[in-house]
Amino acid sequence: MNQAGFPLLSLMTFLPLVGVVLLATLRGEDAAVARNARWAALWTSLAVLALGIYLWIDFNPAIAGYQFTEDFAWLPSVNIDYRMGVDGISLFLILLTAFLTPIAIIASWSITKRVRDFMMAFLLLETMTIGMFAATDFVLFYIFFEAVLLPMYLIIGVWGGERRIFAAVKFFIFTLAGSLFMLLALVWMWHNAGTTDMVALLHTPIPPDVQTWLFIAFLASFGVKAAVWPLHTWLPDAYGEAPLPGTIMLAAVLSKMGAYGFLRFAVPMLPQAAQAAAPLMFTLGVVAVIYVSLVALAQTDMKRLIAYSSVAHMGVIIIGIFTFTVEGIEGALFQMLSHGIVIAGLFICAGVLLARGESLALTKLGGLAVRMPAYAALLMLFALGSMGLPGTSGFVGEILVIVGALKVNFWVSLLGGAGMILGAAYMLVMLRAVLFDKFTHPSLASLVDLKPAEYAMLLPLAALVLWLGIYPVSFTHVFDAPVAAMVQAHLAALTPHTALAMVTK
Amino acid sequence: MILLQAILPALVLGLGGMALLTIAVLIKRDTSAPVTYAVLLLFVVAAILTCYQPDGFIFGGLLKISGFSRFADLLVYLGAAAALLLSLDYNRQQKIARFEFPILVAFSVLGMIVMISAADLMTLYVGFELQSLALYICAATDRDNLRSTEAGLKYFVLGALASGLLIYGISLVYGFSGTTNFASLAGLLSAGAGYGTIVGIVFVLVGLAFKISAAPFHMWTPDVYEGAPTPVTALFGTAPKVAAMALLLSVMMGPFGHLLAQWQLLVQILAAVSMTLGALAAIGQKNIKRLMAYSSIGHMGYALMGLAAGTEAGVQATLLYLAIYLVMSFGTFACIIAMRRQGQAVETIADLAGLSTQSPAYALALAVLMWSMAGIPPLSGFFGKLYVFNAAVTAGLLPLAVIGVLTSVVGAFYYLRIIKVMYFDAGTPNFDKAAPSVRFVMLIGAAATALFALLPGPLAAAAQAAARALVG
Repeated sequence: MNQAGFPLLSLMTFLPLVGVVLLATLRGEDAAVARNARWAALWTSLAVLALGIYLWIDFNPAIAGYQFTEDFAWLPSVNIDYRMGVDGISLFLILLTAFLTPIAIIASWSITKRVRDFMMAFLLLETMTIGMFAATDFVLFYIFFEAVLLPMYLIIGVWGGERRIFAAVKFFIFTLAGSLFMLLALVWMWHNAGTTDMVALLHTPIPPDVQTWLFIAFLASFGVKAAVWPLHTWLPDAYGEAPLPGTIMLAAVLSKMGAYGFLRFAVPMLPQAAQAAAPLMFTLGVVAVIYVSLVALAQTDMKRLIAYSSVAHMGVIIIGIFTFTVEGIEGALFQMLSHGIVIAGLFICAGVLLARGESLALTKLGGLAVRMPAYAALLMLFALGSMGLPGTSGFVGEILVIVGALKVNFWVSLLGGAGMILGAAYMLVMLRAVLFDKFTHPSLASLVDLKPAEYAMLLPLAALVLWLGIYPVSFTHVFDAPVAAMVQAHLAALTPHTALAMVTK
Repeated sequence: MILLQAILPALVLGLGGMALLTIAVLIKRDTSAPVTYAVLLLFVVAAILTCYQPDGFIFGGLLKISGFSRFADLLVYLGAAAALLLSLDYNRQQKIARFEFPILVAFSVLGMIVMISAADLMTLYVGFELQSLALYICAATDRDNLRSTEAGLKYFVLGALASGLLIYGISLVYGFSGTTNFASLAGLLSAGAGYGTIVGIVFVLVGLAFKISAAPFHMWTPDVYEGAPTPVTALFGTAPKVAAMALLLSVMMGPFGHLLAQWQLLVQILAAVSMTLGALAAIGQKNIKRLMAYSSIGHMGYALMGLAAGTEAGVQATLLYLAIYLVMSFGTFACIIAMRRQGQAVETIADLAGLSTQSPAYALALAVLMWSMAGIPPLSGFFGKLYVFNAAVTAGLLPLAVIGVLTSVVGAFYYLRIIKVMYFDAGTPNFDKAAPSVRFVMLIGAAATALFALLPGPLAAAAQAAARALVG
C-alpha cells in the first residue's frame, strides 16, 4: 500500500462527498436544517484539514517522486487506472485547499438562501479540487479538473450578485472550451504512450513538432484557468459576481489549478515546446503584471481591485514557472501558496464590510481605521503581503521569481519586478480609500470592529502570512527535491547528447 | 436445436405479440395497462433468451447472431422497455391509452432485432420496414391531435422516401455484384468495387442516415419529436436509433468494410454536419422536445465519429456511446414527461423555472442528465466522448475531433441554459406529482448516468467484445 497504511488521499478526496450525502439526508424545519448543514459542512472540512495535517507530518520531503500512492484498476482494457499520489509540488496545494475550505465555510455563515444546497456544492467543490491535485492519472486529473465547473457554476449562478447568470455562463463556457482542447491533447498523449499514468507519460518522448500543438492545447486550458492575460476576461466577472466564499475559492485555489497544470504537464512533458514558448509566456506574464496592475489601479470597487491584483500575481507565477530554474519554479510554487492565503484574507476583509451593509465602492468608504483598528491592522497586513513587503509571504515568492528570471533574462526580471512597485501603488490606494480618508458618510463612524467569527477566519490567515514570510524553509524544503528533479529532467531533455544517451540506455 | 435457440427471442416477440393482439381484441374492456405489462414481460423474457443465444448463422446465412447483435439487442430492449414504462401513465392521462400501442412497439422491436442481426441485404430491408411501419403508426397514435397526425404523416412520407433510397441502393449493389449476402459481398468487394456498387452503397448509407437522423437527412426529426406523444418520442430517441446505428455499423464494417477508403469521407461529413447542426440549431429552441431532437442529431454525429474511424476501437466507441446515450435519453424523457401542470403536459423550457426550489431531486436529476449530455465529467456522457475522440484521434481524424470539441462547447451552452432556468431563474412550476413508473425511469436514468464513473469497466469491456465480434 503506502506509508499511511490506508488510502489517505482518497479519504481526503471523498470525505467531503460523504458530507454531501449526509447533508442531503437532513430533515426538519428550514432553520434547523440550515444550522445543521452549516455545522456539518464545517466539521467535515475540519476533518479533511486534520487528515491533511497528518499527511504533512507523514510526508517524506527527501523523495522527489509520488508518495502515498494508490492504484486501482478502473478501465484496464485501455490502461486507465485510478491513480493517486502526492509529491512536494502538490502537497501544499492540497493543504491549501483543505485549509481554506473551512475558512470559506465560516465566511458563508451569513448566507441564508438555500443554505443546505450551498454547503453541498461547497463540499463537492472541495472533493473535486483535492482530487485534482492528488490525481496521478491524466484521465482522472481531467475528470476532477473539469468537474470543478459543476459546483462552481451553481455557486456563482444561484448565490451570486446581480449579473450572476452572465458571469456563471461565461465562466463555464470559457473554461470548458479550454479544457476540451486539453482533452484532445490528452487523447493524443494517451495514444502515444499507451497509458494515462502521469509517471509513464513523463518518460514517453514526444516529437517536437507535435509538442507545439499539444502545448497550444494546454495553454488554452490552463491559461484560461490561471487567467493568463489575455484569457482572463471571465475572471473579473466571475470574481465580482460570485458570492464571497466562492470568490475566495476561485481566487485562492482554483486559479492555482492552471499554474499547477503548467507545472505538471506543459513543462515536464513538453520540454522543447515549453522552452520555445518561454518568450511568449514571459511576454504574457509581464503584460499581466504591468497592464493588469494599471487596470487594478483604475478600479473603483474594492472586490474588483482585489480580483485584478490576483491576475497580476498570476503573471508573476507564470514567469517563475517558465524560467526553468530551481529558484524560479520554487518561487512560483511559493507565490502560489502565498497568493492563495493573501487573496483569501483580502476577500474576507472585503466581506467584513459587506456583512456590515456597506458598499464596496472605494468612494463610499474611508476612515475605518478610526473605528475598526483590528480590522485595519489585518487588512494592512494582507495588503502588505500582497505587495511583497519583506517579512510577509509575498516577498519570498517574488524575490525567488525575480532571481530565477534574472538568470534567464534581465528585462523579464526588471519588468516583472516592476509589478511589485505597481502592486504597492494600487494596494496603497485601496488602503487609503478604505482606512484613512475622511468618513464619506456618517454611518461609517458607527461600524463595530471584528467579531469572533471574523477573527477565527482572519487570524489563521495572518499567522500563515507571517510564517511563510519569516520562516519560509518549512515550506521550501518540501519543494526542493521534486523541483530539482524537474529542472534536471528539463535540461537533460534539451541537451541532445544526454537525450541520445537516454534513448540508447 | 441451435436454430431454435438462436431465433427464440424473435419468436417470443412475434408469437407473443400476435397472441396478445388476439386476446386483447376479444376482450371488450380497456386492456392497455395489462397488455403493456405483458409486452414488458415479453421484453424481459426475450432479453434473457438473448443472453443464451448461440453464435452463428441461421436460415442459410440470412441472419447472423454474434456478440455484436446481442449487445445491440439488449440495448434495444432496454430502450423500448423504458419508453413503454413511460407510456403507462402518460397515455392514460392524455386519454390515448390503447392496447395496440404496446403491441406495435413489440413488433417494431422485432423488426429492430431482425435488422441488427441481418446478414443479407434482404433481411436487412425486411427488418427495417417492419420497424418503420410500426413506428409510423406509433407517431400518429394520438389520432385526434393535429400535431400527432401531422408527425405521423410526415414521418411516413419521408420514411418512405428513405426506404425507397435504401431499396434502390440495395438493388444497385445486387445488380453490380450479383449477391445480397453480406459474406459473399465482403469477399467480392475485397478486390475493389465499380462505380455502380459505390453509388449503391451511397444510397444505402443515405437511407440509413435518414433513420438515425444524421444531418443533412434530419429534417423530419424536430417536427416528429415535437408532434408525437412524448413516450413515443422517448421511443424514437432510444431503441430505433440504436438499431439503425447498429445496422449501419454492421453494413459498413461488414460487406462494405473493404471499401473504407471510399465511404470514410462521407461518414466524416455526416458526422461533422450532424454535430454542427445539432449544436447550432438547438440554441434558439424554446420547446424542450424540439431541443432534444436537435440534441439527438448532434449525439448521432458523435456516435458516427466512431464509425468514421473504421476501426475496432471506433466500433467499440460508437457502441459505448449509444449505450450511454440511450440511458441519458430515456432519463431525460422521463423528466420531460413529468412536466405536467394540473393534468396538462407542458413542454417549454421556461416552464422549468424555479424547479430546483420546488422539487430539488427532480431538478438535480435533469441537471445531471443535461451535464452528462454536454459531456462534463465525471458523468457518463464524458466517457462516451472520451472513447469516440480517442477512436478518431487514433485513426488520424484530427480535424473531425476538433470539430467535435468545438461543437461540444456550443452544445454545452444550451444544456447549461436548461440548468440555468431550473436553478437560477425564479418561478413556481407547480408540477403535478409524477407517477411512480415515471419517477422510476427518471431515477434509473439519472443514477446510472451519475454513478457510471464508479464502474465503467464492464460496459466498456462488453462493447469491446461486441466490436471484436463484428470487426475481428
